[in-house]
Amino acid sequence: MLRYLLSRFWQSLILLVLVSLIGFFVLNLAPGGPLSQYALTPGMTKEALDRLAEQMGLNRPLIVQYLDWFGRLLRGDWGNSFRDGRPVLDVIAGHLFATLLLMGASTLLSVAIGGWIGIRSALKEGSPFDYGATIFAMVALSIPTFWFGLVAIYVFSLQLGWFPAGNMYTIGDGSLGDYAIHLVMPAVVLALVNVAVWSRYMRSATLDVLGQDFVRTAKAKGLPPRRVLMKHIVGNAMVPMITLAGLQLPTLLSGALVTETVFTWPGMGRLFLDSLGYNDYPVVMGLLMFSAILVIVCNLLADIFVALVDPRIRLD
Amino acid sequence: MTNRKNAFSINRRQSLAFMGAAGLAAIIPGFGRGGAANAQTDPTGQVIVGFSQEPTVFNPHLPHIEVDEGVYYAVFDPLIDVDPDGNFFPLLAVEVPTQANGGISEDGKTWTVKLRDDVTWHDGTPFTAEDVKFTLELLVNPDFRSWRRNGHELITEINVISDTEISWTMERSFAPYASILATTFIVPRHAFEGVDPNSAPFNNSPIGTGPFKWQNRVAGDHIELVANPDYFGDGPYLERLVLKYIPDLTVLYTQFRSGDVDAVGVQWITPDHYAEASTLPGRVVDIAGSATFESLTFNLQRPQFQDRAVREALYYAIDKQSIIDALYYGVPKPTETYMPREYAYFNPDLPQHEFSIERANEILDEAGWERGDDGIRAKDGVRLSFTNSTTAGNHLREQAQQFLQQTFAEVGAEMTISNLPPAVMWGDYWMMSEFDTVIVGLNCFAGPDPDTSDYFRSTSSPATGGSGQNTWVYNNPEVDELLVEGASLMAQEERLPIYRRIQEIMREDLPFLPIFQYAVVRGKKEGLEGYAANINNRIDTWDVRSWKWS
Repeated sequence: MLRYLLSRFWQSLILLVLVSLIGFFVLNLAPGGPLSQYALTPGMTKEALDRLAEQMGLNRPLIVQYLDWFGRLLRGDWGNSFRDGRPVLDVIAGHLFATLLLMGASTLLSVAIGGWIGIRSALKEGSPFDYGATIFAMVALSIPTFWFGLVAIYVFSLQLGWFPAGNMYTIGDGSLGDYAIHLVMPAVVLALVNVAVWSRYMRSATLDVLGQDFVRTAKAKGLPPRRVLMKHIVGNAMVPMITLAGLQLPTLLSGALVTETVFTWPGMGRLFLDSLGYNDYPVVMGLLMFSAILVIVCNLLADIFVALVDPRIRLD
Repeated sequence: MTNRKNAFSINRRQSLAFMGAAGLAAIIPGFGRGGAANAQTDPTGQVIVGFSQEPTVFNPHLPHIEVDEGVYYAVFDPLIDVDPDGNFFPLLAVEVPTQANGGISEDGKTWTVKLRDDVTWHDGTPFTAEDVKFTLELLVNPDFRSWRRNGHELITEINVISDTEISWTMERSFAPYASILATTFIVPRHAFEGVDPNSAPFNNSPIGTGPFKWQNRVAGDHIELVANPDYFGDGPYLERLVLKYIPDLTVLYTQFRSGDVDAVGVQWITPDHYAEASTLPGRVVDIAGSATFESLTFNLQRPQFQDRAVREALYYAIDKQSIIDALYYGVPKPTETYMPREYAYFNPDLPQHEFSIERANEILDEAGWERGDDGIRAKDGVRLSFTNSTTAGNHLREQAQQFLQQTFAEVGAEMTISNLPPAVMWGDYWMMSEFDTVIVGLNCFAGPDPDTSDYFRSTSSPATGGSGQNTWVYNNPEVDELLVEGASLMAQEERLPIYRRIQEIMREDLPFLPIFQYAVVRGKKEGLEGYAANINNRIDTWDVRSWKWS
């Protein structure tokens, strides 16, 4: 186990260096740069832009800039945002809560509902419920989140007035109930697609297990149906779900760009897009490294977890 | 964030939320704006302004974008400011320095400014002439990432005469400096002692003299400012000002409709929502002129554009009104000049543009541009063929390009569309004049001063080694001279004929084909006083000190 972990650790380190190299060069080689947004400001001159580039160290050779950045990263300094000058880790941390709240709520919803639909569809394969669930999944997966979000706002905020038209909380309030009422629409809109995804995976995983000998044996030896379902069927169908969760977990923290935009939710997705739009290289690189680390850690955790749950798998 | 005065509202909200009827909360936004008596001494209520960009730079002298200035006008003060009619008025200064009152010397080189003696910084430190001196020096400090040095670079000596009086001497008489001062927010010297000004703590928790104090910022969401009870001037009347970031224009408009924002700031309501917005109950919507003008801009280095006849013919071939009506819902107004019509220096007597394919063809025929087999004109081996570029993804401009392409084809000019992402478009491609033609919205003015030296002088083209933004590579000795003369004169009546003449020449030379002057659709809730349009400032909060609920 320890040997396995060590080898995974070294692999991951090499992977991270590669990600940083590719990310940094692709980002910097794209034309333009953090100063081009100022070009059309009244009174801006090429001279002033050149001076700023010099002062910000943007005109050094790219490899020097990379080594400088990477050297600092190794010492724990993720750099400072070009926009507000704050340390990158602070910037990321500042958006983490919003994302965790939204993604957490919507994931809970989608796993619970999606899982239930998936299992039920599989048990009643070919029933009207199964067909209904399939059609629902197709529709939910095809609707653009942006459109669905705007329609939800139109109906439930502007027309019915049930929910606020976006934002994470009312400025000046911020009580628990206030957060909750603001969370409903974005979480449901976001969950809609994920329910569809999870229900499809869960359905096919359950179907796989249903055909296994041990299920027939369990039924044959007269175990109560509920016990067969929970212990033998669902228990085994969950194993592939763990791997899926390992893949989904990083997206939980990278945020949901579209939903965050429609509902003005100050999460990581917005941060990434805004930072990219302003060529805020330190923050973009920080986010890139942050998500790369998350992906690696979550996959590792999923592998370990699967091994723990499924005795047939051994990590060596 | 406790707020005793509004405790009742909060409780009511909470209970509503818990009762499951919290959707109602959306209907009573901006809690606690009830009109308390004696507003002048006791600011009440709050206003939420929605911006489609996020303010992130809070030191007004670091590189920033338009929306950041929304914070500056609330937190800081310049020495003087400009009202919507273009008149200066004093803020930190006691009076606006002029030659008449002795504030500016006869030769225009020495400026003396008397300062108010009743101003304190938000942290309680008294404001003095030393702060003004520090600010002016910071702007040209070689170690500081100064946003703009234009004008400040001309200062050769600064004298602090007393705590409330300062004077400085400039290399030459430079009238545009008054406008520059109107956007030069004074920052406190004591906040920068012993720290690197590029990374001072001040930059993320600014201390100013303005009507509102920095409260807190939720990155990616909003900035909260609270009334400065010790503000030296009239106001503030609001207890709290919230600058809310709403990243999408459709969503911004939706939140204006739903009442989540009280006023719509930069980049306002999109023209396609104008008609609907005007009918919303409880909302006031108006159109205000902007200092930005849209033009088809030539690179005059290209051989096909060196012939004035080509530029004139293409101007005739632009169907301005159709572009404005079909794409911009008739919101902006056609223009003949780079100068906004609201400016005192605007020249109303320029020849009026006319859309005439026939006339365009005549001009080109007369000038000897003959149609080839493919229908494209050519003269002396130069084909009347060129690319046109603008920001990729700007749908309105992309459609305008198609309008132009069609009408240009009718006069035998071939225009190929070649759009680029913003970072590429406005990088060297624009600055170093690597384009043939561009559709661009330009604002050539820093405040109400009519000077455009950085744009029109022959020495301002980066492509030919100059400094500035003359990307047309326009070169007219008469304009050069007029610009120098105009910048050195202080009196408006002396400057007026000069700048009107420059507009005449630009209309004659046509280095760019003016299409329209931008206008913005602004919206606020009924009952919000203030939030006046001001073409001389880039941002809606310029008069925030006087905003109040009626």
